[in-house]
Amino acid sequence: MKYLFAEGIHNMYTHGFMSFAAVCVTVACFIIIGSFSMIVYNLGLFVSDMEHQNRIHAFIDESYDTSAAKSVGSQINLVDNVLEAKFISREEAGERFIDQQGGGNAFEGVTAETFRDRFEITLEDNAKMDETVQALGAIKGVAEVKALPELAKGFLTIQRAFNIASVVIIVVLLVVSLFMISNTIKLAMYDRKEEIGIMKMLGATNRFIRFPYFVEGFLIGVISAGLAFLLEWGLYDFLAEKITQSQNLQLFNLVPFREVVIPMVFAFGATGLLVGMFGSVMSIRKFLDV
Amino acid sequence: MIDFRNVTKIYDTGNHALNGVSLHIDDGEFVFLVGPSGSGKSTIIKLLTAELMPSSGSIQVNGYQIESIKKSQIPDLRRTVGVIFQDFRLIENKTVFDNVAFGMRIVGASAKQIKERVDYVLDLVGLENRGRRFPHELSGGEQQRVAIARSLVNNPNMIIADEPTGNLDPQRSYEIMMLLERANALGTTVMIVTHEQELVNRFTKRVIAIANGKVINDGMDGYYLNESD
Ligand SMILES: Nc1ncnc2c1ncn2[C@@H]1O[C@H](COP(=O)(O)OP(=O)(O)OP(=O)(O)O)[C@@H](O)[C@H]1O
Ligand SMILES: [Mg+2]
Repeated sequence: MKYLFAEGIHNMYTHGFMSFAAVCVTVACFIIIGSFSMIVYNLGLFVSDMEHQNRIHAFIDESYDTSAAKSVGSQINLVDNVLEAKFISREEAGERFIDQQGGGNAFEGVTAETFRDRFEITLEDNAKMDETVQALGAIKGVAEVKALPELAKGFLTIQRAFNIASVVIIVVLLVVSLFMISNTIKLAMYDRKEEIGIMKMLGATNRFIRFPYFVEGFLIGVISAGLAFLLEWGLYDFLAEKITQSQNLQLFNLVPFREVVIPMVFAFGATGLLVGMFGSVMSIRKFLDV
Repeated sequence: MIDFRNVTKIYDTGNHALNGVSLHIDDGEFVFLVGPSGSGKSTIIKLLTAELMPSSGSIQVNGYQIESIKKSQIPDLRRTVGVIFQDFRLIENKTVFDNVAFGMRIVGASAKQIKERVDYVLDLVGLENRGRRFPHELSGGEQQRVAIARSLVNNPNMIIADEPTGNLDPQRSYEIMMLLERANALGTTVMIVTHEQELVNRFTKRVIAIANGKVINDGMDGYYLNESD
């Protein structure tokens, strides 16, 4: 067993250039895959954050006093798809607005009269938003319903498109790295065709012959994953810092890599392992018929 | 035990290498297989190890039926037969030691067993100081002795040697023959393929002569057919 592992490692050295090339390409693929995953993840967070901030607001007719306004809530709760409706008085709304703007003096003139009483409504299913908005608008006493602003809707579309594109890109790159490793092993075995023939003549089983090549593919996969992971980490932190420093992009709040290190380690590790193993298994079969 | 019954082998190219060969070699025998170049000797060896399949007829080797052997049984069959190939078939990027050790590694011997046994057989063939060299750093005769050491290492039931002395001087080839005879005395079946009349006649052994893919003589008289016969 130890012998077979040693053989696998030795193999990597002997056709070092091919192994090196395979590691490089695989690292590149893994970094791109990792980056897309991180972007998808951040975008997802960003959009859900937006959805959160932008719950539906149902504004109550200004002629209603506070208690009358509150009583509209029971009707709102009857509407399909409404999960929760929270009453916010015009005073609270004013304070909140000033808070959100940083509590500066600029809004000193703003009084509670500028705001209306409202219900902040959370939906069960955001996809049915349009129907719900209509239903809410039809309730007596509701003056106006404001749903997700266009910006957030736009982001939702972008996110969906991006998710699909990412899945496609990730699959393609996985295939590329699989192919790279498989090809390296194929060449390694082709190089050793004669040697494999001799081994078989001496009574070596296929499993015995295969094992070192399997180790080699496995190592290429895992080493690539390790390198890609470290590079990804560095790259991500670098970009995250740049974005935080930049004036225009502050809107985006990137998740620090630290927070996702553990799932990323597993994701990279598992991908490297699987790609390495399948890559070598794919190529090994053909060479053993002697 | 080797048993050929009416075996023919026609290569894909249409060459009739063997035409109805029947022969039987019992366990523990020592046999020379002689015949002119191209008569089918190496073909017989390749059939024995299931490297080739017969076109017709039946072949039994150490209890395995070659024409119907399962793929998974081939490694087991080959481990019962130590073959010394005409072209040595050493693994170029492994040292002499590792080449010889390989046969033991595939059966899962321990490092200690391997070291002891490999050193012993290298000593036996007179290569005690060559373990760390690579095949291309050896003379033809030395490479041949590595091949012999490799065939001996697992103590197979049967040793088959294709021209084992082709590259050796008379003194060396005599020593190698003595070595194979010693293995035979210890119970190993030995079959030696050779051209060398001298060598065959020096031992009083059974000689199977083939020509044009047919057995033309089989006996204990040390008879050797010249290519002109
Ligand atoms: N792979 C092959 N394809 C086609 N014909 C072959 C092949 N191998 C051998 N032959 C032919 O089969 C016949 C027997 O060949 P074989 O190698 O068995 O001879 P041999 O007795 O071992 O000869 P030598 O003493 O030169 O080694 C020859 O005519 C040879 O040309
Ligand atoms: Mg031959």
